[in-house]
Amino acid sequence: MRIDWKTYDPGAFYDELISSPGHARKSGRILARYLGSLKNEELQQRKTAAELAIKAMGISFTVYSEAGNIDREWPFDIIPRIITETQWRSTSKGLEQRLRALNCFIHDVYNDQKILKDKVVPAELIAKSANFRKECIGMKPRFDVWAHICGTDLIRDTNGQFYVLEDNLRVPSGVSYMLENRKVTKRVFPELFENYNILPITEYTTQLFDMLAAISPRPLDYPEVVVLTPGIYNSAYFEHSFLAQRMGAELVEGGDLVVEDDDCVYMRTINGLSRVDVIYRRIDDLFLDPQVFHPDSVLGVPGLMRAWLKGNVALANAPGAGVADDKVIYTYVPAMIKYYLGEEPILENVPSYLCIDEKQCKYVLENLDKLVVKPANESGGYGMLMGPQASKKEREEFARRIKANPRNYMAQPLISLSTAPVLGERGAEPRHIDLRPFILQGRDTYVTPGGLTRVAMVKGSYVVNSSQGGGSKDTWIVTEEER
Amino acid sequence: MLSRVAERIYWLGRYLERAENTARLLNVYSTLLLDLPRGAKIGWHTLVDITGSHADFADKYQTPDERSVIRFLLSDTCNYSSILSSLALARENARTTREIIPSEAWEQINNLYLFAKENASKGVARGPRHQLLNQIIAHCQQIAGLFAGTMSHNSGYNFIRIARSLERADMTTRIVDVGSVTLLPGLTEGVKSEQIEPFENMIWMAVLNSLSAYQMYRQHVLDRVNGEDVVTFLLQDRQFPRSVVHSLAKLESCLQALPHNAAALAEVASVQGMANNADIPLLLQKGLLEYIDDLQIHIAGVHARITETWFLPVVSGQQQST
Repeated sequence: MRIDWKTYDPGAFYDELISSPGHARKSGRILARYLGSLKNEELQQRKTAAELAIKAMGISFTVYSEAGNIDREWPFDIIPRIITETQWRSTSKGLEQRLRALNCFIHDVYNDQKILKDKVVPAELIAKSANFRKECIGMKPRFDVWAHICGTDLIRDTNGQFYVLEDNLRVPSGVSYMLENRKVTKRVFPELFENYNILPITEYTTQLFDMLAAISPRPLDYPEVVVLTPGIYNSAYFEHSFLAQRMGAELVEGGDLVVEDDDCVYMRTINGLSRVDVIYRRIDDLFLDPQVFHPDSVLGVPGLMRAWLKGNVALANAPGAGVADDKVIYTYVPAMIKYYLGEEPILENVPSYLCIDEKQCKYVLENLDKLVVKPANESGGYGMLMGPQASKKEREEFARRIKANPRNYMAQPLISLSTAPVLGERGAEPRHIDLRPFILQGRDTYVTPGGLTRVAMVKGSYVVNSSQGGGSKDTWIVTEEER
Repeated sequence: MLSRVAERIYWLGRYLERAENTARLLNVYSTLLLDLPRGAKIGWHTLVDITGSHADFADKYQTPDERSVIRFLLSDTCNYSSILSSLALARENARTTREIIPSEAWEQINNLYLFAKENASKGVARGPRHQLLNQIIAHCQQIAGLFAGTMSHNSGYNFIRIARSLERADMTTRIVDVGSVTLLPGLTEGVKSEQIEPFENMIWMAVLNSLSAYQMYRQHVLDRVNGEDVVTFLLQDRQFPRSVVHSLAKLESCLQALPHNAAALAEVASVQGMANNADIPLLLQKGLLEYIDDLQIHIAGVHARITETWFLPVVSGQQQST
């Protein structure tokens, strides 16, 4: 038995490989033909090989609810996803543009607040934002950049057009899996790389290190850059360790760091204390410094905020950057791009309704069965209402929550996510996917070619989060041959 | 290098060495016990005694028969010093120091653990046991080789070697202890005196074999295998890599390269003095047991100095078992 693309039916959705039963898109023809040439047993063998490689390489993540099972193997589908470079070029520009505008916004919010005074963004939104940190007011980080690392989630509608679903500006994760997915594909399908021109992605960790080194407060040849992890039980520990290893940086926990009387940060080494210049922190704001935020946090470092505000250490991302990582603020990003950059937005937002606006809120409450409702500050897909799939009771519960705190909610129509073939036991089947590219900004900006493709492994499901059982795919940006 | 990382990598070194040593021990004793005369008061419990885990064993098992002892030392995860537990802990320490150890080494440690987890329970049966243990030993050696060949010989590597030397010195004292204090008297009690001599010889060979020392001993000591020479060789030989004196010398040279090493070096010097100055013929007649206990206490003292000097004052994350 082989894959028969004639029986593969993506239905009304935009499938990224197969445009209609039996017909592959131009960029995917070689891939579709090659997959169709393999017997199902051969495909299953490749799948097993990938699983073994992931096990041996120790690519893992943790699921909180499964106590005792610390790390789990990373779920991966072996069929790569193809995006053409032509499509990607403008998307990539749009992502850079977005992050530049977001950084202007964050800097403005903590300094002059011009955008609020000009009433482009309502001041009330900031006053009530759970991620606004008053401790950061007046701070001027290097290059005026606050969000140095951003993971922006993109989806494609039934026409294949990219939309921005959300910007993750706090501690976005997933980039290590993007890099490891490519490595696994190289082990499993080496022959495919001969027929495609695929943009390499390995440069990311070098770019990340250069960016982090550039924001160091001390102009040295070798600034001490460290990655701060909440510890070995964190769901993204694999990634923290991976990035530290690839950058040759120390991976530290809160207990390894200390702020001395000179307001500088030091790490405890076998030689004694040693100065730290840049901290790539993978701990949420509120756990960073027990003297300023949660007093009982043992993950953070007492005095860290003091050292940062004095300019003695750089933090990436800066505390308070999450003020722009808010699903309500999100709806104002196109306005920010025009306001700060004087440019037209290259990437569109998903149409959104703000519950803080009375008229829009009314619409949301009347159409809960058609909408996806999101709280402003959750991540990982938690606390959402998927209107069309929810029960009446769940919808009523959400209506109550929205009325109680309209500032905290926004709603979007259910966008039909694009699909891609996933290898099941009996062959290929369409599953919904999204894309998380990673964008860096320091002195310059950088966008990963492609990103992490996340897959909802359950038929018909839209839930792609790995914390809720989603999978992933290698993502290829391919250059078309010129003829 | 971070103190916390130094601590984890040190434990990685100890657990790997412990897994290998335990595998060697099981291998040799499994073979030896088949040759002993019926009635000899030497049984499988000796293995439990060597690893110093008598109480843990008694908690869970009724009798020290072959299956129970092998299961306890090989695949029982309730026993923190079983081979499988040691490898799980080695893997956990490697997983949490992945940023500084070579990725091939991590992959091999991970693979070794996965292999042991999958196969350890098969080793309870005599048939496949020998091959399984040999695979584990070979795998440990391969990992040691990967460290030597692919890791910069920096502080991290030094901590691995320090840990290995310390674990080795400790294990060698235990094996000498058991050979001379438990096995021989056990044999003499149950067996007629004219039968003792051939078996005595066999026991000393087994002691040497459990440390892969037989061949090197024969090259070094021209006389036939006898207790006095074996104990001298294992405690005091300068060239054999698993002898106590050699392990301590290695330990000393690794410590030399670390900062603030005075306290640890002083402690090593005192153990070295004890090992070098021991009057073995005299001790074999009387007092070997007390002497070895004392030696082990001093070896534990070296571990204590290392912990005080270089590791974090509060043990973060996990509890390690000495």
